[in-house]
Amino acid sequence: MWRDAALVAGKDLRIEGRSRVTTNQVAPFAILVLVLFAFALDPDRGVLVKAAAGLFWIAVLFSSLLAVQRSFAVEATDGARDGLRLSGLDPAGIFLGKAAAVAVQLLALEVLLGVGVVVLYGADLHGPLLLVMTCLVSTVGLAAAGVVYGVLAAGLKVRETLLPLLTLPALAPVLLAATRAWETALGQGVDSGWKWVQLLAVFAVIYVVAGVLGFGPLLEEA
Amino acid sequence: MPGPPGSVVGVSMAAALRFRSAVALLGRFPALAGVDLDVAAGEIVLLQGPNGAGKTSLLRACAGLLPVVDGVAEVLGHDLRLDRRSVRRSVGLLGHATFLYDDLSVIDNIRFAVKASGAGDGRLAEAMAVLGLDGRLRGVPVSRLSAGQRRRVALAVIVARAPELWLLDEPHAGLDTDSRDVLDAVVRDAAASGATIVLASHEHERATALAGRTVTIAGGRIVDDTKPVAVVAPSDPAVAAPPEEAPAAPAAVADVARSEVVHVA
Repeated sequence: MWRDAALVAGKDLRIEGRSRVTTNQVAPFAILVLVLFAFALDPDRGVLVKAAAGLFWIAVLFSSLLAVQRSFAVEATDGARDGLRLSGLDPAGIFLGKAAAVAVQLLALEVLLGVGVVVLYGADLHGPLLLVMTCLVSTVGLAAAGVVYGVLAAGLKVRETLLPLLTLPALAPVLLAATRAWETALGQGVDSGWKWVQLLAVFAVIYVVAGVLGFGPLLEEA
Repeated sequence: MPGPPGSVVGVSMAAALRFRSAVALLGRFPALAGVDLDVAAGEIVLLQGPNGAGKTSLLRACAGLLPVVDGVAEVLGHDLRLDRRSVRRSVGLLGHATFLYDDLSVIDNIRFAVKASGAGDGRLAEAMAVLGLDGRLRGVPVSRLSAGQRRRVALAVIVARAPELWLLDEPHAGLDTDSRDVLDAVVRDAAASGATIVLASHEHERATALAGRTVTIAGGRIVDDTKPVAVVAPSDPAVAAPPEEAPAAPAAVADVARSEVVHVA
């Protein structure tokens, strides 16, 4: 399973490296979201600093949709999804590999967006460890849930529009918990923030287990 | 010494394929409506029939991509009704699609497919050389290749994997004359090595020269076996009718088609 996961993750990351969709389209989109929020919310009133955590995670959430959509779009060309099924790869390995590739891209985006939040919104970093742990655990949850819903929508003609409908409500707990944890890390929160990380960890474990167990049947139906 | 191409002389007589009254559905339409077919290991079998007869569906069923919902379907000893995933690593399918990733290079595509199948990469260089992909095409992204070149890459994947069962759906399509000759030689070599080959082709002369046996499928059923016959439009409307115009299937097939338990995309 782990060998298959590494193989699939390597393949997906190599495809992204060649196509540069993440660097040329997803990353500019994420930065654009931050900039547009800065336009929409008047920075002089200090609203941006207070809302920085939520805006960051909304930008991450939207970017994760693009990353997941892209992850399955490459399997839709020239029967590649059939090729993946025919390969005999362990479905759990395929799931873990695709989730890992999405997670790597999201982590890179989060670093970029983190810099954007500090530079554009003037946010101060009070709890770097909490901030990093929130990013790591949230990213696992986002990637795992995204890949589960991605394969669910993969075989449908309406997959582009269905994926956000399926995914956004399911990812609401991540948005909520990660925002609360980041508020603390940015000096805006009222609690320690670690209980939100625990919630994020539970979410991530649930979707990783669901993906490992359910990806095979979902891929067969896709 | 291996026997002539397509014969079973010198290779195991074990059945590579065994289908009995096999039924497979595309939606609610029985794409395979009771197939009976035996193919011995090492045989080269030509599957022929008019468009919509069920050739592609039979090949996809053999590869475990199309579920068989009734009857018996055994491929390389695997019961496809119980588990259609386990046979896949032993099967190479060249379909209408090439299963390649546009953004990956030729070598990356082949290497990924070979590693994914669990086969060693010992035959990779040889496969690329045989298919003429070891020169400037080696590092070219597949998106920049012509249809014929993509087909050669897909064939190189099968050659490098060296599966026990080759399923070739219109393998000559899109290939130039030289590439067709290479394809034929590759298929003969594989059969001589003990692989079983089932190919569907409208390239009648080439395919019959290659195959030791011709099987005709029509209306999702095997209607003729053992001797080559010309593909002509059948007089029986049940044979060539497209799915939406097909007459009622046999009772057993219709029962399966009515089942709410089975859903095929």
